[in-house]
Amino acid sequence: MTADILIQVLVSGLLIGLIYALVAVGLTLIFGVMDIVNFAHGEFLMLGMYASFWAFALFAIDPIVALPLTALLLFAVGVIVYQTVIRRILKAPMLSQIFATFGLMILLRGLAQFFWKPDHRLIPHSLVSGNIALGPVQFGLPQFVAALGAVGVTGALWMFLHRTRLGTALEATAIDREAATLMGIDGQKMFALAWGIGAACAGLAGGLIATFFPIFPEVGSNFILIAFVVVVLGGFGSVTGAFLAGIIVGLIEVLGGFLIGPEYKTAIVLSLLLVVLLVRPRGLLGKA
Amino acid sequence: MRFAAAITEPTRTPDFQANAKGKLPTRRQTIKRMLAAAALLTTTALTGIGFGAAPAQAEDEIRIGVIYPLTGAAASTGVELKAAAELAAAIINKEIPAPPGLVAGIGLPHLHGAKIKLIFGDHQGNPQVGATEAERLITSEKVVALTGAYFSNVTATASQVAERYGVPFLNGESSSASLTQRKFKWFFRTTPHDDLFVGNFFTFLHDMEKKTGDKLRTVALFNENTLWGNETTKLQVKLAEEQGFTISEKILYPAKTTQMTSEVQRIKAAAPAVIMQSSYLGDAILSMKTYKELGFSPKMLLANDAGFNDSEFLKTMGKDGEFVISREVWALDQAERNPLIKQVNDLMHQRSGVNFNGNSARAFTGIAVLADALDRAGSTKPDAIREALQKTDIPASGLIMPWKGVKFDANGQNELGQGIIVQVQGGQYVTVWPFDVATKPVVYPMPAWDGR
Repeated sequence: MTADILIQVLVSGLLIGLIYALVAVGLTLIFGVMDIVNFAHGEFLMLGMYASFWAFALFAIDPIVALPLTALLLFAVGVIVYQTVIRRILKAPMLSQIFATFGLMILLRGLAQFFWKPDHRLIPHSLVSGNIALGPVQFGLPQFVAALGAVGVTGALWMFLHRTRLGTALEATAIDREAATLMGIDGQKMFALAWGIGAACAGLAGGLIATFFPIFPEVGSNFILIAFVVVVLGGFGSVTGAFLAGIIVGLIEVLGGFLIGPEYKTAIVLSLLLVVLLVRPRGLLGKA
Repeated sequence: MRFAAAITEPTRTPDFQANAKGKLPTRRQTIKRMLAAAALLTTTALTGIGFGAAPAQAEDEIRIGVIYPLTGAAASTGVELKAAAELAAAIINKEIPAPPGLVAGIGLPHLHGAKIKLIFGDHQGNPQVGATEAERLITSEKVVALTGAYFSNVTATASQVAERYGVPFLNGESSSASLTQRKFKWFFRTTPHDDLFVGNFFTFLHDMEKKTGDKLRTVALFNENTLWGNETTKLQVKLAEEQGFTISEKILYPAKTTQMTSEVQRIKAAAPAVIMQSSYLGDAILSMKTYKELGFSPKMLLANDAGFNDSEFLKTMGKDGEFVISREVWALDQAERNPLIKQVNDLMHQRSGVNFNGNSARAFTGIAVLADALDRAGSTKPDAIREALQKTDIPASGLIMPWKGVKFDANGQNELGQGIIVQVQGGQYVTVWPFDVATKPVVYPMPAWDGR
């Protein structure tokens, strides 16, 4: 094994890791603000992919161009889900909350299969296609653009949370809901906002990978398990943590798969989950 | 039918009036309507009492349980298999005219023209669900025989249930060799199994070496990690050793994955002449995307059917799917040798808008072979059906498969099945091997990605 191959593997790991980060950021945001685990998060990603697909198939809009639309659409989906389902179970026992989002996951999958058929689809001619070769290292332009987009979106989210009034209010709600309410922050509004942004992040991730990943109703299940590992490693509720953890998980998965054997790559990632839970249950940057 | 008619007539009118006026039907009307619907559904010669209770079973309706992945990751394949099975049933029931000579076209004369009814079960790609569905179909749906289940691991569990209950299980499309090595009494399989297919690959490579003068002795095995992929790997390793091939890399990967870079990177590093790959649809697409991303093309990509032969594969991959070589049990271009293939395929296309592929053609054939046995059995008793299956002897001319016929050995395996090898050329699967039945020459080596 040469250094070239190792660098190539690291680049591939980094690229997919950034996508994991973007998926997990939305998940961790929702959890951070209201302590609800969203099992339907992978389905938001799936909806984002289908939004891109239909924008392309019906109106010939490229997935990259359609990204703002995808984000808006998924933001709306997130808010609607909050208003119709989540708002009613805020004070319900944890088990009910789990079943509610779990049920939502099955519902969304079922609807996607019903309306759009269980077929695998691809977007055949995206604006971004082809390969980039940097010396011995090769990577696909779609993957590169997706990773770049993931960095951009996560960065924008970080800026929003730390540099704007609304974002600070959201952070405040995440840190201490009651104190935030006492300061005049509308908790309901913040919750709806968290769901909107969380879903939009997943949707954007979906739109970004739609240029190279097959689109099918079950696609969310491939990503959600990894997203949970990322959230746990990064620390529940920490956006920065999820970003770093996404990269780490991507690198470990690809590198571990390459060095130890691809048949163990899922096992390697899930062992990481176990180790984190045993050694440092609050994750890298989570609240103690 | 008489009961159904008696119930429907009086209820219909008031219901429609109520609806026309925009009122919701009363509870009584709803109950009546539901009863009428239940009676209608059970249809045909009710033997008397108790309509609307347990589904009454008519004697001239032969229920066959069909287990496929109708939801879940393989649902798109499942839906095609279902369409093919339904086409076979329609032909057997003489709802549509059959092309002359087709074995299914005979119908069920020895059962006095009885109709078969397919009862579908959905295994979602899960062996446990498959077993539960088999049990449900046998105990509560009272099916006389089972067929399915595409996934070898599901076929394994579902047929175990059938074996326990003593119900014939005819499998048309699972190719794991071990299924017919279990010495089951009630299990029959029409399709050739992986041993034969995998053996074909090596014979094909020998033939290609002779033809091109190139050495094709380094092989990477790239198989998914369920039962099918594992068994294929075992056999490939054994055959490679026996026939003087070197395995330069061996990878068993999880099919449900978000990236395949580690896999492809390892294969690329090993630089084999040939990749032998067994994948389902999603991972077949993802792996092709990854080959392209990393700019890797071996001299030859030999796919083990399944995902690479799904009709979605070429639709989604477009040009990037070109030059893949796959083993097949079936190809549309074989119609030049057997006109039945074209005729039955036209029927399929009219009904479901898709052409047959190796999977759906085998599902069709499975139902046809089962119906043939049912007819010769002249009875719906399990023992009679089993005995008839054992005596099955269908000539090649009655099938839409490139086989020599259907005849089961002591383990329930069809001895007369055989495979072909196809290559994607110009958006079509064309037969390239065995050379004597080939319709096009092999494109070799596979062109590099930037040279296409």
